[in-house]
Amino acid sequence: MTHSFFRKSTLAVALILTGGLLISGASQAQDLQGAGSTFVNPIMTHWTADYQKETGVSINYQPVGSGAGINDLISKSVDFAGSDAPMNAGQLAAAGAPVLHFPDVIGAVPVVYNVDGVPAGINLTGQAVADIFLGRVTKWNDPEITSTNKGINFPDASIFVVHRSDGSGTTGIFTDFLSRVSPDWHDLVGEGTSIKWPAGLGAKGSAGVAGLMRTHPNSIGYVELSYAVQNVIYYAKISNPKGNFVYPTSDSAAAEAANIKIPADFRTYFTNGPSKDGYPISGFSWLIVYQNSANGDKLKKFINWVLTEGQADTTPLDYAPIPDSVKAKELVALNSLK
Amino acid sequence: MSLTTPSPSNQPLTNNLSPVGSPKKVSLTDRTLSQSLDKAYVALLFVASLTILVIVFGLFLQLVISAAPSFKAFGFGFFVKDDWDPGRDIYAARPFILSTLYSSLIALLISVPISIGTAIFLSEICPKWLRTPLSFLVELLAAVPSVVYGLWAIFVMIPLLVTYVETPISNVHWLTKLPLFDMPPNGTDMLAAGLVLAIMVTPYITAVSRDILRAIPRSVREGSYALGSTKWEAINLVVLPFARAGITGGVILGLGRALGETMAVTMVCGNGMGVFRLSLFNQCSTMASVIANDLGDASGVHISALIEIGFVLFIVTMLVNTAARLLIFFTAKDIQGGGKKL
Repeated sequence: MTHSFFRKSTLAVALILTGGLLISGASQAQDLQGAGSTFVNPIMTHWTADYQKETGVSINYQPVGSGAGINDLISKSVDFAGSDAPMNAGQLAAAGAPVLHFPDVIGAVPVVYNVDGVPAGINLTGQAVADIFLGRVTKWNDPEITSTNKGINFPDASIFVVHRSDGSGTTGIFTDFLSRVSPDWHDLVGEGTSIKWPAGLGAKGSAGVAGLMRTHPNSIGYVELSYAVQNVIYYAKISNPKGNFVYPTSDSAAAEAANIKIPADFRTYFTNGPSKDGYPISGFSWLIVYQNSANGDKLKKFINWVLTEGQADTTPLDYAPIPDSVKAKELVALNSLK
Repeated sequence: MSLTTPSPSNQPLTNNLSPVGSPKKVSLTDRTLSQSLDKAYVALLFVASLTILVIVFGLFLQLVISAAPSFKAFGFGFFVKDDWDPGRDIYAARPFILSTLYSSLIALLISVPISIGTAIFLSEICPKWLRTPLSFLVELLAAVPSVVYGLWAIFVMIPLLVTYVETPISNVHWLTKLPLFDMPPNGTDMLAAGLVLAIMVTPYITAVSRDILRAIPRSVREGSYALGSTKWEAINLVVLPFARAGITGGVILGLGRALGETMAVTMVCGNGMGVFRLSLFNQCSTMASVIANDLGDASGVHISALIEIGFVLFIVTMLVNTAARLLIFFTAKDIQGGGKKL
């Protein structure tokens, strides 16, 4: 009895150990490791699958969040990070060696709402959005909202503001926009991937924001474009500096990025830009790598593929492609990756 | 589900293999082999229990080391100030500490009477045919993942809460003057967090209390009935005092879960980062929810501040547990049979 028990448990231990070895062996078979932004995860999934089909190179991408991806890059546990915010000064210092930022897609951040009797596509000025999220415009029939929406009947109801509670690149783009259109937002709140919100309540992830908004009438919030489209949530046209109210689409996000001045390290937001047809709450997502990387060659080929063939996947997934002028500069910068 | 029911005897097994009952033909080598195997067994158990100590100590050490930059930067202010601002890299955690304690208190206020009532019903009153399915349901509730409770709360509980509880309260003018209700109702708040926690800890407290009550010897109840007690008297004056220490243990277990619960609370608490308020309609953040929200995107001293919150949670949980143990010690001492339990 004792002996057979020991024999059985020895067998079990042996099996577990072998299983463990097999699993760890499998994960080491990945050629490139990446981690970061959840925002790019839908397109990254397409990219890694297509890239493996075409080249046989396998890439494992973990959507753990932009900041966590950057931390993983700094600790060298991944080859590249996906991030919707460029690395800040502290992170660059922590990196200890030169890093390169490569914009891989452009995303739009729609302002979404759920108000009884109000149709899709209301016109909101940037100032109105800022005042709503500052907690200054508290009713849907406030003149700041109704004055740009003649003919729409807004209820005399309190605005229920929902924002992301977890750190997010979406929040980074959204608050960068608010800081540019509203001096008060800039001075009182500021911009960043997680900030101290002056009003409203926080929900975790885009799914959390959408979930709260569905059960709360008269709510307003922001999510990624692909999320709003797939979940059929109403979103607003936002005024750009040229005075046009623009719908967030792949095209309007691309238009916003068309003529931007890009710095040599590609670390820039471009919300509220001067483009006539551009949607003003748009921004890059980046692939971030060390300039001297253990897998430099493989990374170089993958990023090159993302910037060329991979761009065809952007529009169908409600992202926008990188404009040619930026792409040309990126391909030059890619040469310095080793 | 016997979560904490202690084994009746935990005496060392070393000397139990006396030759008295064993067959006479056992050879000397066999006996020394089984004796040394026995020693190895005891040593193995000792090492197993030691791992708990090592884990707790290692956890504590790691938390202190990783939180050190935040300790240095914010000092004692971390515990008594209200500003949590990742944009400006300023961190203080008082609202989260207070909200954690407050939401757990609300949860216990709701769940303890329900749990103990259910446990008494299950062990003392419930007919046999109903007992098994009911007990099964209680255990099933304990096994539901917290994210499921969170989803249910967002889509079912919160709309009901707003329509049938919070809005009617807010329509009564004098009630809104009370600090408990002095904010506009929207369902995603302290009350929702407390309610979800209450629902989550109820099965734990119920299961433990029921096990404790069932472990009380029949003779105790029979003695009470023999003296002419009614059911109410037997339960209230004899059975419950006997089980008090064990039930308190169950409540502590529930409290421990409530303090550390993350996912469901994060989904319903509103995640407000402002000062702590007594209002049940306030958007709050608990220690665990702040960690869950911020960790994915944190860097530098932000991470360290989050780990310091983890450290505080660790300490708060330990303090609350110690206080509850002391409570058991002092309240159960004078009751015969209760003092030595647990």
